[in-house]
Amino acid sequence: MKTFYWLVKREFWEHRGGFLWAPIITGGIFLLLNIMTIITAEVVGAQHGINFGAGGNLRHVIDNMDAGDMSHVAMALDLAMYSAMGLIVTVLGFVVFFYCLGSLYDDRRDRSILFWKSLPISDVSTVLSKVASATLLAPFIAVIVGIVVGMLQLIILAIVLSFHGINVWQLLVLAHPFRVMANLVGYIPVYLLWALPSVGWLMLCSAWARSKPFLWAIALPIATGLLISWFDIMGLFHLSAGWFWSNIVARGLLSVFPGTNVAFTAERFMHDNGGQPNLDFMNLAQTYGSLSMPQLWIGMIVGAGLIAIAVWFRRWRDDS
Amino acid sequence: MSAVITASGLGKRYKNSLALDNVSFQIEPGRIVGLIGPNGAGKTTALKAILGLTDFTGQLNVLGFDPRKQRDKLMGEVCFIADVAVLPRWIRVHQAVDFVANVHPRFDRAKCEAFLARTKLQPNQRVRQMSKGMIVQLHLALVMAIDARLLILDEPTLGLDILYRKQFYQHLLEDYFDENKTIIVTTHQVEEVEHILTDLMFIRDGKIVLDSDMDAIGERFIEVMVNADKADAARALKPLDERQVFGKSIFLFDGVQRAQLEALGEVRRPSVSDLFVATMKGTYA
Repeated sequence: MKTFYWLVKREFWEHRGGFLWAPIITGGIFLLLNIMTIITAEVVGAQHGINFGAGGNLRHVIDNMDAGDMSHVAMALDLAMYSAMGLIVTVLGFVVFFYCLGSLYDDRRDRSILFWKSLPISDVSTVLSKVASATLLAPFIAVIVGIVVGMLQLIILAIVLSFHGINVWQLLVLAHPFRVMANLVGYIPVYLLWALPSVGWLMLCSAWARSKPFLWAIALPIATGLLISWFDIMGLFHLSAGWFWSNIVARGLLSVFPGTNVAFTAERFMHDNGGQPNLDFMNLAQTYGSLSMPQLWIGMIVGAGLIAIAVWFRRWRDDS
Repeated sequence: MSAVITASGLGKRYKNSLALDNVSFQIEPGRIVGLIGPNGAGKTTALKAILGLTDFTGQLNVLGFDPRKQRDKLMGEVCFIADVAVLPRWIRVHQAVDFVANVHPRFDRAKCEAFLARTKLQPNQRVRQMSKGMIVQLHLALVMAIDARLLILDEPTLGLDILYRKQFYQHLLEDYFDENKTIIVTTHQVEEVEHILTDLMFIRDGKIVLDSDMDAIGERFIEVMVNADKADAARALKPLDERQVFGKSIFLFDGVQRAQLEALGEVRRPSVSDLFVATMKGTYA
């Protein structure tokens, strides 16, 4: 267990830039853009003589809101928190994608694998520590940074509005920061399970390719997809070529992007909500609803298989 | 004490070449073995097989382990320095020490830090900021702090200047080696290791062509400096090799009686590099 902790720590040392600084910088840019937007809005507003808070109109509006309106305000505030997260997890998707592709390849290329292999560590632990870094450590850091950025975003909004004479602190109470946090942290295990086939495929390519793992990882599924579309092979299984593209190619390559499981379930929850999507798609019940999808479990089993093959290649690939 | 390494019928074939051809040997504890051979002779393949880094045919037992099946256990007892460039470039000195200290059960942190204190390495320095000589100092400090029974060195001083090279072997002998440890070293800088070796193995085209301890080599191989008038008599004894220096001929003999040779001229012990050149004649032809 101690060895595993240090293996993950080693991954963090090596990939501090992707795991820690990428979300922080993204969050920083997000806040900066927001502040610039606000300033622009203020300037434009001032030039055209529009003043949001003038005459206490907004104040009046707030005072007269009923419970339904209040819940919409709450949702908007939660959305402000999620929006920061949205950008950060997109970056996280790229970080995890390229991390996995390099994880079992970079040290073979620079021959430092000979150093790692001179230590009494099994190849299974090495590979699993990299899986854990990609699917638990990286998202966890991203979520923490996302939460901090989301909070800052709320505070900035509150300060700006208070310059207009509106006391919005009472409105902030309507937001659900803790629920948002719980939803985001609670999403990580589902992300792990959902991302496993992608992580497995990318790491397998990383462990197997003698050069250019990126090209192999992308080209193999796409070329297969093209062949299948061309010859309509899926017709043999009474499936369309589109099924192959979305369930094999997209699933295999893009599942490392958080939230792609929502795309697969989109139809279902639209239906559940009477066609009215709302932020509840992030609530934990919805998130863990993914666990009832056969795609998730089949993908997980396939992912575990791919990782097992990656371990085998890690053990026996001999090109250093 | 039983042998550290026992190999029998070791074979390894790459796509179009035979890297190891039915090799058998045994290495006893407390020895420093030089594994010497021309480029592509199979030295590195043999070391990789011992370390469990490659698959092979035949039987191999290293410290009681099968390197194919028990590689991670075996590495608790074996240390390994491939050539100088294998430490990850992003790692810092203190990170390398922390990491090895926490994953290696036989690592002595204090010992490692004592070695590092004798160098110019700074705890926060990254490997990518170091010269080759400094990288090897770091690697050696890590390895010497591990109480391993077998140390494998594959071209450990490649590309280092002579100060670092001398220092490397000096540290190894003074601070590391004892009768419970075994060292296997491959190198092309034969002159630098020949004084520390206890055993010598020559490998050529995947076969062991010489496997002997240094004392036996001194008895078996004799070099004679012969004046021109006795040269024909010397040639009649079928020397391994002949070369000319200052109008005299130097002959290298394998297994000829010393007394017989002393009659021809001045006898001496051949250097390992002369022996190597004579044995490997025609390798690249």
